[in-house]
Amino acid sequence: MSKACLSGGKLREGDVTPESLYVNRRSLIKALGLGSASVAAPAQAGLLDFWAGDSDNQNDRNRDQRKPLSYQVDNNAAKLSLTPYQKASSYNNFYEFGTSKTAPAENAHSLKLEPWTLTVEGEVNKPGKVDVWQWMNQQKLEERIYRMRCVEAWSMVIPWLGFELGKFLKQFEPTSNAKFVAFETLYDPEQMPGQKSRLVGGGIDYPYVEGLRIDEAMHPLSILAVGMYGKTLPPQNGAPLRLVVPWKYGFKGIKSIVKIRLLEKMPATTWNLLAPNEYGFYANVNPEHDHPRWSQASERFIGPGSALKVVRQKTLMFNGYADEVASLYRGMDLHKFY
Amino acid sequence: MLLHLAAFLPLVWLVYAIPAGELGGDPVKELIHFLGLGALRLLLLTLLVSPLRALSAYSPLIKLRRPLGLWCFAWASLHFFAWLYLELGFDWPLIASELLTRSYALIGLFVWLILSLLALTSVPLLQRKMGLRWRALHGSIYILVLLACLHFYLSVKSDVVEPLLYFVAAVVLLALRRRSIKSWLKSLSVLWSRA
Repeated sequence: MSKACLSGGKLREGDVTPESLYVNRRSLIKALGLGSASVAAPAQAGLLDFWAGDSDNQNDRNRDQRKPLSYQVDNNAAKLSLTPYQKASSYNNFYEFGTSKTAPAENAHSLKLEPWTLTVEGEVNKPGKVDVWQWMNQQKLEERIYRMRCVEAWSMVIPWLGFELGKFLKQFEPTSNAKFVAFETLYDPEQMPGQKSRLVGGGIDYPYVEGLRIDEAMHPLSILAVGMYGKTLPPQNGAPLRLVVPWKYGFKGIKSIVKIRLLEKMPATTWNLLAPNEYGFYANVNPEHDHPRWSQASERFIGPGSALKVVRQKTLMFNGYADEVASLYRGMDLHKFY
Repeated sequence: MLLHLAAFLPLVWLVYAIPAGELGGDPVKELIHFLGLGALRLLLLTLLVSPLRALSAYSPLIKLRRPLGLWCFAWASLHFFAWLYLELGFDWPLIASELLTRSYALIGLFVWLILSLLALTSVPLLQRKMGLRWRALHGSIYILVLLACLHFYLSVKSDVVEPLLYFVAAVVLLALRRRSIKSWLKSLSVLWSRA
């Protein structure tokens, strides 16, 4: 299955793993008492099963507050081999809960998710506040199976559930002055230990802020995600509401959003403020533009199976979404606007 | 014996911790970091032996220095191997370009190469045979510990406090042994004038 990812954008029919099938297969595997790795890759049976790491951890299940969502299944991208939920929910960058990859899964359950209000303001005719949980239940949610490429040169494939950002923003009637969209994560040091202590939070000036150009925000691939793997988001992945822009590095996907502002001027963004030579405003996935400290030409794919099963694959221009988004950047020097 | 257990048991723990998810769903980065940090700690401990001996006037302590140094080399080798294989999947052209173009990687490689030389020449027989040259070679640990801290500092994204603490620890340990450093520099200059 992972070979599908190695072949770049051209994926084969036989690699389909729709959400429902994915869940059913997992329960079948469990019913048979098999490790999932042994089914996904029979050649790896034996010792490596012990290192498979695809199974849910008992702790996670006890803490699991996620609710099932109804949504329209993604038929287009279902050819990608999914990262198991267990990995996607225990390997996170969410510095508000600590800088290690495991800290968010350990600490983020302290985040109080209900109620959650999202404010939309700035260059709009109809500014407003949205009760996120109520709103979520009224929308026709879509599943979007996207590649997720972290600037740290690892990647996943995640089945998000969400709503097109552009459609959402249009309800507030952006004015002709709205050239950019700024996003802001919750600021609450009582709930987020990383905001309370610089030692925990990696020395970032909180709240975390991100931004998009208006045409990027209006692009049909950009979504506000409220769920993944058939359910609402776990807190470590940015519950209850986060941004997903699949052709950009993962840090653009700001989590647990409380405010969206439409602006005339380009907004500041967190990682750009911290290290402007390493992280630009655009942060488009670009295998030809290296990070100063590592190559971006390839990536480690975190997929199904053992930790010892190394899948190093070529990084695709705009993370494989060049056909859809390259036109947004026509004529721009992508080495200058990285 | 206790030392061997202390340096070996964390590696045994990994065999349990990785499948149990203690290092997260994808343990690769955590594992590399864990091994690198372990190697750095062992390097600092190695440097702590002489000052401790001087303080306690308990001379058998010096026997700890060689095994500590060798364990440091073992952890550093695992750290390097994990990066080569788990992170980069033995993609040699990529590895070569990363090693040559990224300062933190190049520094790491340099430290590991010198550590290998120190490990190879650590047998008592060679120590006697090499004499002053052995002293000159093994004194490079004073530089290595600073380079290892620099390697750590350059590799982190934003949270520089931790590497800075290690850097301070290294400087304190070096300050404690000003005299040995002077004698090392002297041995270098003697060798230099001979050559």
